[in-house]
Amino acid sequence: MDILFLLVPLSVVLVFVILGVFAWALRNGQLDDIDREGERILRDDPVEVDADQSHR
Amino acid sequence: MAISTRSGASAPVYTDGVVRAFAVASVVYGVVGMLVGVLVASQLAWPELINGIPWLSYGRLRPLHTNAVIFAFGGCALFATSYHVVQRTCHTQLFMPGLAWFTFLGWNLVIVLAVITLPLGMTQGKEYAELEWPIDLLIAVTWVAYAVVFFGTVGIRKISHIYVANWFFGAFIIAVALLHIVNSAAIPVSLGKSYSAYAGVQDAMVQWWYGHNAVGFFLTAGFLGMMYYYIPKQAERPVYSYRLSIVHFWALIFTYMWAGPHHLHYTALPDWTQSVGMIFSLILLAPSWGGMINGIMTLSGAWHKLRDDPILKFLIVSLSFYGMSTFEGPMMSIKTVNALSHYTDWTVGHVHSGALGWVGLVSIGSLYHLIPRMFGRKQMFSVRAMELHFWVATIGIVLYIAAMWIAGVMQGLMWRATNPDGTLVYSFVESVKATYPFYVIRVVGGLLYLSGMVIMLWNVLKTIGAGKVEPIAIPAAAAHA
Repeated sequence: MDILFLLVPLSVVLVFVILGVFAWALRNGQLDDIDREGERILRDDPVEVDADQSHR
Repeated sequence: MAISTRSGASAPVYTDGVVRAFAVASVVYGVVGMLVGVLVASQLAWPELINGIPWLSYGRLRPLHTNAVIFAFGGCALFATSYHVVQRTCHTQLFMPGLAWFTFLGWNLVIVLAVITLPLGMTQGKEYAELEWPIDLLIAVTWVAYAVVFFGTVGIRKISHIYVANWFFGAFIIAVALLHIVNSAAIPVSLGKSYSAYAGVQDAMVQWWYGHNAVGFFLTAGFLGMMYYYIPKQAERPVYSYRLSIVHFWALIFTYMWAGPHHLHYTALPDWTQSVGMIFSLILLAPSWGGMINGIMTLSGAWHKLRDDPILKFLIVSLSFYGMSTFEGPMMSIKTVNALSHYTDWTVGHVHSGALGWVGLVSIGSLYHLIPRMFGRKQMFSVRAMELHFWVATIGIVLYIAAMWIAGVMQGLMWRATNPDGTLVYSFVESVKATYPFYVIRVVGGLLYLSGMVIMLWNVLKTIGAGKVEPIAIPAAAAHA
């Protein structure tokens, strides 16, 4: 089962990549105050952008 | 692109041309792919149907059917909806619209080449990865372009928060690229022939690592992206729990990668690898059902909307089938259950409850929401035709999967039945003969599902005829710093 020497390390690398992305999401504030994010997509017309959202 | 507003200033608009093209292509390919499906199902019931025409033989058309429905119908629906959702949730136009059109051309070229090469018998012989190496290269290039457009669009977003649907679409795009490149590694001997870079059980392991993750990331994560945008939009309610949707995402992508070995129970694969596959498959039940409940509960307090909105019927019933098949799948991955179900038509029934029920219905519902809006209308041309489509499709699925459940369990029991002296009670051909009526019922179910798709194509063409293409302005980010 030599193939596992490719697939298992690949999964391990992937887990670290996923962890890295997750850490980025946490630090970037993607998971802060998420309760209102579900509703944002329902407001299509002129959107209110708060100060903390407008820096981009 | 820009349009002028009443004040005379020009406002940026969404890049919707490529969304329209993929959406309409998806419906057309749906009809074609399901037609081929009905043809191969008919050949199983009546093997003499196309006697003597090699290009129409079962072995060549079956991969054409799977490629057409998964990658042409499902793929185009994913391109259309992901390009639509990422723009709407990021309040920006597509990054590099020209490259987005390149993905449309590339993907359609892949489909045309599949329609030519598969009936000619050119195949790598890997399920769901049959296309030969030059087409594989084209897929890789197109997919990288797709990733550039999608992640580029996320990169230029005007909304800081990345909506959960985009996470699912993003994971789907990255995972499919990785799976495709590893599994399609091959040594070409000519333009139309290559040999896999892996041999024997190694090849089987790579193939099902690819195969099951294609189910997980192409047929699940991608369509969950659709689900998390179009159900809240159609229901006009936010998703039941946004928190749960985030947990759903991270739990799913952390646990999906190792379910593949359950396709290889009782084979030359080491026993422990099979057990790992089984355990990961069982774990998957939790995030899958979390997501399903989250989607369905979005309608909590507004159940009456299901009564007269056919689009919501499509979307909510698709989630019911998602729940059913994500319960059935882990159950079938248990070795003792698999000993009965493997190699029988139960597997085919399971796949189609996921494919027709979950993937098909969620795509159809999302396209019914999307298409009128892309052609300047609030609703499809005919609501009654949507309602008819829903019932025809649902009855078709029930006939299909019930017939295959019965046939599968019957086959499994017949194959394992032994006399007291240890000889088999039934010869193989007796199980084939006993399956015949169920194959006929399956053809009827498939025909119903196909006719629903034809109704949809008619409705879409009428909608386009009655609508008009209008650029849609991007809401101005009324930024007060």
